[in-house]
Amino acid sequence: MQHTRTQDTLVGLFVAAGIAGLFFLSLQVSNLSSFSQRDSYTITAHFENSGGLKVKSPVSAAGVKIGQVSDIHFDTKSYESVVTMNIDAEYNTLPDDTTASIFTAGLLGEQYVNLEPGGSDTFLKNNSKIDITQPAIILEKAIGQFLFKAAEEKSE
Amino acid sequence: MDNSAPPLNSLVSVRHLSFSRGDKKIFDDISLDFERGKITAIMGPSGTGKTTLLKLIGGQLHPGQGSVTVDGQNVHLLRRAELYNLRKRIGMLFQSGALLTDMNVYDNVAFPLREHTHLSESMIRTLVLMKLQAVGLRGARKLMPNELSGGMARRIALARAIALDPMMILYDEPFTGQDPISMGALAHLIKSLNNTLGLTSIIVSHDVHETLLIADYIYVISEGKIVGHGTTAAIRQSASPWIQQFMTGAADGPVPFHYPAKDYIDDLLSSGKRY
Amino acid sequence: MIDNLQNLGAQTRASFNKLGRGTFFLLQTLSGTLSVLLRPRLLVNQLYSVGVLSFLIITISGLFVGMVLGLQGYYTLSRFGAEETLGVMVAASLVRELGPVVSALLFAGRAGSALTAEIGLMKATEQLSGMEMMAVDPMKRIIAPRFWAGCISMPLLAALFSAVGIIGGQLVGSGLLGVDEGAYWSQMQAKLDFQDDIVNGILKSIVFGFITSWIALFEGYDAIPTSEGVSRATTRTVVNSAFSILGLDFILTALMFGDH
Repeated sequence: MQHTRTQDTLVGLFVAAGIAGLFFLSLQVSNLSSFSQRDSYTITAHFENSGGLKVKSPVSAAGVKIGQVSDIHFDTKSYESVVTMNIDAEYNTLPDDTTASIFTAGLLGEQYVNLEPGGSDTFLKNNSKIDITQPAIILEKAIGQFLFKAAEEKSE
Repeated sequence: MDNSAPPLNSLVSVRHLSFSRGDKKIFDDISLDFERGKITAIMGPSGTGKTTLLKLIGGQLHPGQGSVTVDGQNVHLLRRAELYNLRKRIGMLFQSGALLTDMNVYDNVAFPLREHTHLSESMIRTLVLMKLQAVGLRGARKLMPNELSGGMARRIALARAIALDPMMILYDEPFTGQDPISMGALAHLIKSLNNTLGLTSIIVSHDVHETLLIADYIYVISEGKIVGHGTTAAIRQSASPWIQQFMTGAADGPVPFHYPAKDYIDDLLSSGKRY
Repeated sequence: MIDNLQNLGAQTRASFNKLGRGTFFLLQTLSGTLSVLLRPRLLVNQLYSVGVLSFLIITISGLFVGMVLGLQGYYTLSRFGAEETLGVMVAASLVRELGPVVSALLFAGRAGSALTAEIGLMKATEQLSGMEMMAVDPMKRIIAPRFWAGCISMPLLAALFSAVGIIGGQLVGSGLLGVDEGAYWSQMQAKLDFQDDIVNGILKSIVFGFITSWIALFEGYDAIPTSEGVSRATTRTVVNSAFSILGLDFILTALMFGDH
């Protein structure tokens, strides 16, 4: 029976190690601990162009991540991009004149939504809409404009 | 063969059984009866499907035609659970012993008891030691199957086969590859178990000497047919040249020495082909 | 010409026949599930020989694969000044692809081949037949516990492989090459998604465990009961498992990550 006992122990250790591995992957490696089930509220913003923004792109204020993009769709009436964001419930004091802009992290980095708080005394609530937005900078467009301007200046 | 109703006392009766494997006909309309409490032997040259017959009786194979009745139940019409219940009452000794190689001797003999009964470990111990004592290997209980000689493995397998006190034991070539002493020991065991436990035994074998010593009744099979049957004494004195060849072991006779081939001289002269 | 066609026809028929037998075998195995639940001891014994005995090869391989990823990733990423994302690269490759696939390939070689050989030899030595004659169903007593042990062990082994690999990547990345440890972990946590990456990776390994155990047990059960037959069946287990794992990996990846 001694043999069986060792075997049982090893099987127990093996299963425990495997489950520990699963927990490690879930908590330490992925974003399960930081997001998923936290309370959050939803706000929307209309952008002229949302560029390379994707669902789950981060939403940050002053460089701190405070939420993530939950949906992006095209509005057929205003011909704008409607971005829905989940903001952590603890950040519930964003003024309603907050500006939303789409920035790029580094030259080739991912795009994210940056919120720039305004000075209003009333705060954004669930399902509020941000009115002041600044679209994503499209690199090709910017370069095109730059070249056009340069050519214009030269010809003058 | 005779198509008469089975004798009243037959435990197993095989009726008009045909079985083929691919295009090869292994049995062609054979009928046999195995009497209760007796040792019946099925003899014949290797490759005549004697083992197949045991598998047909045990319900592991299905016949093309005909029926096998064991203790009043048609084996191939039984449902799975019923067949398994019937098998609990049948022990089978495989040619190799078929011991489970990952368990020692004791656990092998205890295996059917643990699988089919809810006996306490102490009861099982008593039963296992009794069965091992019956085959004379109580001292070998801690050995693993790979530490056993062929004869010992077969005796352990026999102890396992009688663990559930079956009504019948099927022996598949019990004497093959044994030295004279273990052959004698096995023959003695089969006979004494049959008599003391009131078993019915069916032995499939081509070892003439040992089989004739212990069998009560003998069927001789060749090429899918029964070529002779009778009590041991009758078979010994049979006038059939085939049976005589088999019993005396003559190289040539009704069973030819040569595998069927075209004429020898022609074959040697036709040198063009590779085969 | 006719001969070739006939040959092709016969082979097609044979493979369909085998597929049919394999499916029937799987159904029989699954129908033995209840008896595994009723006798957990059988399952624990198999978890030992299938899981515990594969533990070492899986974790050591995982460690080295992670360390190599750390090195290679560092050299590539540092050209773009993106060493900070080393953690993302190592973890994403391990969790999505290398963890499930490599550990399944190792599992097929280590445990699958052993299962085939064991079952094949049990068949060759009439142990399976003997069990049937003892009114013990080998599908329930022998096959089903091994099958479930394989299905349970595989995701655990794959998770260990990935976890150890990620740690290995960190050891090389921040221990040897000077990537910031905080960045290694925080970038990883920010970029890897629980649902998309971790859960999908685990789902993959469950599928691989299922398919590898099935192939290994069926090849053993279906082996020609001679030493040559068993050796061929063992080879077929490794080859067929590898093909199935890689083929399924492509299909699963397309299904899981296709919409991104």
